[in-house]
Amino acid sequence: MTEPTRTFVTELAVIGSGMAGFAASVFAAERQIGTVITGNSGAMAYTTGYLDLLGRVDGAAQAIADPWQALEQLRLAQPDHPLGRVAGSDIRRAFEVFTAALAESGIAYTPAGERNVTVLTPAGTLKQTLCLPATMAAGPQALAAQTECVIVDFEGLKGFSGRELVANLGRRWPGLRTQRIAFPDLRGGETYAEVMARSLEVPATREKLAAMLRRVAGTAQVLGLPAILGMHRPDRVHAEMQRLTGLTIFEIPTMPPGVPGVRLRELLEQALPKKGVTLIAQHRVSRLSLDAAGATLELQDSFGPIRVLARAVLLATGRFLSGGLAAQANGIHEPLLDLPVTQPAGRGDWYRERYTDIRGHLIHRAGIEVNADFQPIGQGGRPHSERLFAAGSILAHHDWIRSRSGAGIAVATAYKAVEAAERFLRKSS
Amino acid sequence: MNTPVPETAATNLETEVLIIGGGVTGAGVMRDLALRGIHCVLIDKVDLCAGASGGNHGLLHSGARYVTTDLDAAIECRQESERLKRLAPQCIEDTGGLFVAVEGDDPGFAGRFAQLCGTAGIACDELTVAEARRLEPQLSDKLVKAYRVPDATVDPFHLALANVDHARSLNGSIYRSHTELLGFEVADGEIRAAQCRDSRSHKPLRIRARQFVNAGGAWAMKIARLAGCADVDLRYAKGTLLVHHERITRRVVNRLRPPGDGDILVPGGTVSLLGTSSTRVQDLEQVGPTVEEIDLIMREGSAMIPALAGARYTRAFSRVRPLLQGGGPASDRAASRGFALIDHRAQGLANFCTITGGKLTTFRLMAQKTADLVAARLGKREPGTTASVALPDAEAGRWTEPGAAPRHWVKLNDPSDLILCECEMVPQSAVDSIVASAPDGAAPAMSLEAISLRSRIGKGPCQGSFCGIRVASYLYDQGHFRDRAGLAALRDFFDERFKGQRLVTWGAQAAQMELAEALQCGLLGLDSLEAE
Repeated sequence: MTEPTRTFVTELAVIGSGMAGFAASVFAAERQIGTVITGNSGAMAYTTGYLDLLGRVDGAAQAIADPWQALEQLRLAQPDHPLGRVAGSDIRRAFEVFTAALAESGIAYTPAGERNVTVLTPAGTLKQTLCLPATMAAGPQALAAQTECVIVDFEGLKGFSGRELVANLGRRWPGLRTQRIAFPDLRGGETYAEVMARSLEVPATREKLAAMLRRVAGTAQVLGLPAILGMHRPDRVHAEMQRLTGLTIFEIPTMPPGVPGVRLRELLEQALPKKGVTLIAQHRVSRLSLDAAGATLELQDSFGPIRVLARAVLLATGRFLSGGLAAQANGIHEPLLDLPVTQPAGRGDWYRERYTDIRGHLIHRAGIEVNADFQPIGQGGRPHSERLFAAGSILAHHDWIRSRSGAGIAVATAYKAVEAAERFLRKSS
Repeated sequence: MNTPVPETAATNLETEVLIIGGGVTGAGVMRDLALRGIHCVLIDKVDLCAGASGGNHGLLHSGARYVTTDLDAAIECRQESERLKRLAPQCIEDTGGLFVAVEGDDPGFAGRFAQLCGTAGIACDELTVAEARRLEPQLSDKLVKAYRVPDATVDPFHLALANVDHARSLNGSIYRSHTELLGFEVADGEIRAAQCRDSRSHKPLRIRARQFVNAGGAWAMKIARLAGCADVDLRYAKGTLLVHHERITRRVVNRLRPPGDGDILVPGGTVSLLGTSSTRVQDLEQVGPTVEEIDLIMREGSAMIPALAGARYTRAFSRVRPLLQGGGPASDRAASRGFALIDHRAQGLANFCTITGGKLTTFRLMAQKTADLVAARLGKREPGTTASVALPDAEAGRWTEPGAAPRHWVKLNDPSDLILCECEMVPQSAVDSIVASAPDGAAPAMSLEAISLRSRIGKGPCQGSFCGIRVASYLYDQGHFRDRAGLAALRDFFDERFKGQRLVTWGAQAAQMELAEALQCGLLGLDSLEAE
């Protein structure tokens, strides 16, 4: 039986539904550009909810306190760096629009400030970020003020140990203690943060947990919990738990994949259609052709073939984890269009000898080249197509891992790429 | 002094025999002597099987590989492998092996091979190409010749752990990991004591003994020189191996041609090991695989099994084989795989000996010959018993076998016993058991590497990137880790695992690595622990 091909016609097709693809769809919707977004959003579940802009400059030991000033230096030192191509004012605006869209859908964020915020990790180390979910905001404040605080962890929840947090933070946070409790009605055996989060959307569970939290708080007025405060309405669950306990509560991300990442993914999947964006989720584009008339994307879901006809395409397919780049024994490739990939000379140069080398690995700086309009450069040094734009981690000349700039690169370059795509669409219409 | 008592001061130990080097040979000497009622201390500067013992393909040689180059070694292998299959079956998987030739291989070699196997008493049956491919469907369709031989696989970690555990239980013999030898105190033609230090705490340790055994493997020449002995002459051959993420064959598959690069595939539980290359090296400490070696091994291996080309590999690693310097053959591959026991009498020392060379398959025999010499020097004439006494199964060694931890977990059926390593299904209780049987003096600071060595943790497709974090959290939970040193240990574990991954990270492994690095460095900041 041959299934009929379903066809979508749109102005802009976004390929990739990670942070860059989602942000691009948000920006496109804001600009009233008809948008279809495709691709697997699995990697979103690995995000912590923190939106980093620039936490370190590659190779430097010290964390960055003022990311805006550091960006100005980056612009001079690494002119090819994707963040170096976006003006500070554009980055601020991009974060503003993106976090506003998230807040509108149920995850309020702290605003992008002048300085980085020092936030907690599940191992009890600290990192720098720009914006964080409101449910996590009281943690960094308590840390900065050295407020007496109890980290509560749960029987059966692996990889989140209050004792570990206290062992590693205790020296700089003397008022920090920990207590372990059993999550209401989940006794004996392994428990999962996602299950706890969904269960806390039920008022009765919240009341039971609140009673336990009050008991273990002792004299502390502030409690830290693993990120379990609801899946779809974390702001409300968080407010309710604070009201029921009379305490200040904050979340700490658990080891990904965790609740904050799943929240973002599910929220964007629900929010984008409301903004008029067509979502063809979890299916990979198998073929993309671009010509003078337009672009054609081909993909397949369980109901049969799908074709998307678009006037412009934004490539936000990510790196190795998401399949935007493919590393093979003989080199690194861009699988969808076979775009040239800037990369180290050979496999022996991909990684340094030491894994945790602060300077990072050269494989991360591999990627595709774009021009000032974020159009990928094809074979022969010219743009691959006037209708093709790219954003996010697939771009060359950055190491988002070492520089703690994953969300920053995604959001900032998506903003500029959509801006350029809009110029193209308006000009050619 | 027949009843050795460790001296009370923490920095002194006393024993009858000090064995230097925790490879399978050292572990075997320890057990052999303990069975004769002789107390030993075994030390290693890292941990068990840190050298060639833990860095080979885990083949229990039928002897067939050596029939064309060293018939005596082949016969020794046949005898010892038959014995180990009987006495230590828990460490062995009796897989059987094949020797296969493909189009272009020398047809004359096959005839000679079969005949020499007969001479050595090694069972060797010719199979038709169709039979061979039915047994191992992954074999190339360019196969022209195949023989079946009684090759098997052996888990050297399990073997070493079980030998050490048996010795400890027999007479309180002691095993200390991370104990580095600095020098010997020599007087009147005898070594009186070994000056050591703990390589982690740098605390000095002096070990007094009546006899000293150098079982340092590739390091044996350096150790002998510390005692002023110039009669250990070794060449170093670096061997590189690849770990394929799946088990591709049920049996060992050898290339039917003179020994060369990429000529053997050995199943190891749930994975496969493809080897080996051989390159001369001068330096013992900084050996690692190269891109060229890896690509060569893949190319050669894929002649036998096409699926090996560009497949998913989780690790590539190199270890140094000690080859005895002899006058004879020019090539390292043809050099003797036999072993040497050197009594150093000619060097003016009456209580020091060196055992080196040899191979995993003959470790027991090497240990027995060494123990015979040591026991005789101590005035004990009873013969050794390792040729007939079965190796008891040890708590310490039980977790190295794939499937052991999941079986234990299912049997225990305790839902609160959480699985820490999800690739290999290792639960909390296995970690508790491993910490409980830690090397002497190491329990409070049992490193993640030490736990990984004694279990399957870190051996699955994720190479420890997730379970390492979970195990560290558990160790914090249990109070074994108490401060930032735990995170440093976690970082060191990842740095160590990475050495084997560095040059085979492509395809799915590149995706895995990117995710791992995003978590371990991007989120947890293990790349900047000092700076924070």
